[in-house]
Amino acid sequence: MSALLEVESLNSYYGDSHILFDVSLTVGRNEVVALLGRNGAGKSTTLKSLIGAVRPRSGRITFDGTATQHLPPYAIAGLGMQLVPEERRIFGSLNVEENLVLAGLTAKSRWPLERIYSMFPRLQERRRSRGTDLSGGEQQMLAIARALVRDPKIVLLDEPFEGLAPIIVRDLLGICRQLAEAGQTIVVVEQNIQAAMTLADRVYIIDKGHIVEELTAAGVRARPEVLHRYLGV
Amino acid sequence: MITWPNFVSQLFNGLASGALLALISCGLTIIYGTLGVLNLAHGAMFMLGGYAGYVAFQATGSYVVAVAFGALFLVVVGAVIERVVIRQFYDRPPEDQILVTFGIGIVIVELVRLGFGSLTKTVPPPSWAAGVTPMGFLIYPTYRIVVLAIAAAALAALYIVLYRTRLGMIVRAGIEDSGMVGMLGINVYRVFMLVFGVGAMAAGFAGIVNAPVVSLTPDLGESILVQTFVVVVIGGVGSFPGAILGGLIAGEILSLTSMVNPAYSEVMLFVVMTLVLLLRPQGLLGLKGRA
Repeated sequence: MSALLEVESLNSYYGDSHILFDVSLTVGRNEVVALLGRNGAGKSTTLKSLIGAVRPRSGRITFDGTATQHLPPYAIAGLGMQLVPEERRIFGSLNVEENLVLAGLTAKSRWPLERIYSMFPRLQERRRSRGTDLSGGEQQMLAIARALVRDPKIVLLDEPFEGLAPIIVRDLLGICRQLAEAGQTIVVVEQNIQAAMTLADRVYIIDKGHIVEELTAAGVRARPEVLHRYLGV
Repeated sequence: MITWPNFVSQLFNGLASGALLALISCGLTIIYGTLGVLNLAHGAMFMLGGYAGYVAFQATGSYVVAVAFGALFLVVVGAVIERVVIRQFYDRPPEDQILVTFGIGIVIVELVRLGFGSLTKTVPPPSWAAGVTPMGFLIYPTYRIVVLAIAAAALAALYIVLYRTRLGMIVRAGIEDSGMVGMLGINVYRVFMLVFGVGAMAAGFAGIVNAPVVSLTPDLGESILVQTFVVVVIGGVGSFPGAILGGLIAGEILSLTSMVNPAYSEVMLFVVMTLVLLLRPQGLLGLKGRA
């Protein structure tokens, strides 16, 4: 069976600065892949290039059989990809439910709100609250829920646990694990290596815009010195 | 000498012109908020709405047809301008966007001058709204009351579309973060085209409703454009309620100041804008930190 997502020799720029150098990776169906690297290594740029928010200069992205490297974000989202951005980007003037409804408007199939609320009971309690009135943890829940509404084939999580209290991280991690066990394909970028490693089946390490290692989760446990070399942990 | 009836009458004038300014400013603010493009052709669109209504009125003699045609014509003009010109400029720097909308404004003004000449055109108020209405101790032009009612109804309609419909939800989200709206699978370019059309319509609609109060000239939009900018700054960029509040405040400032000395009315407008910028830079109802 072919991979759900195949990236070949991707080169992305911000203005004139070259950020990604010939990045290649694959993500299989029902797989959780972690992309690890230091700050500024190109993790977020990789995710933004996948969703089309950054237009790659060269290279090929094949998502579920369609070449997407030239498509705008709305078209890529329409094929079943969702990005949960690092800054969360909740619509502050819309309430929780409006954020969720908006996300589902153009989806081919969508999660009913009850299913979202049973996974995130906190969001149901706050369904009438405006995005600006949510705590950081609630915003992150909403950002993930907003992606799930569209019943995506793949979810890209950009630093989902960053800046959150440990108890919230534990809850969110539980939800992510639950999703992974249900077969949701996920690509996660995370500074919190421990959290990422409890989810990931496979790991790519990115350094200065180059993919330098590809390891299975078992491989990481067998060779912890690799993480140390590139991530300083 | 300022008399009591004179003051109240000016207060009403301010309300009527303020409501129109609010309507035009809503158009400008939703365009800027959603597309990030400051539309310097907005005044020209206000003027064009007046002329479109004038043409329809000449053809049919019907005020209602004139208003409907003026508004619809501007939806189409706005949508076409967005699709053909503005869309090429989203990835360009703001100064390019400002220059191109400024250029579009000049083209519209000169095309109208070419077609209709520089002499003024007039659209009479509808027969049912001609004359004056006695209001206690003062008599007041009936059509100005109609202007106020129409502008209020148009603002209410715009409010319902923005806050009670799915399209409005998309636009409100787009004003905050159009990039994120795109990542949720919504074709933002289609939304941009619609928003530009609706924004242009708000200006054009105000232009035709205002036509019986003023005389139409191709340069009519210039001072309106400046006033509209002030309204948006006072109310808060991208804020629909802010545009309404700012419009009413600006209408009253212009009207009440001109009662004392018309030469100072626009100056007072800038004084108030400066005060707002000093004391509350995001505008009266603007959100802090919005780009």
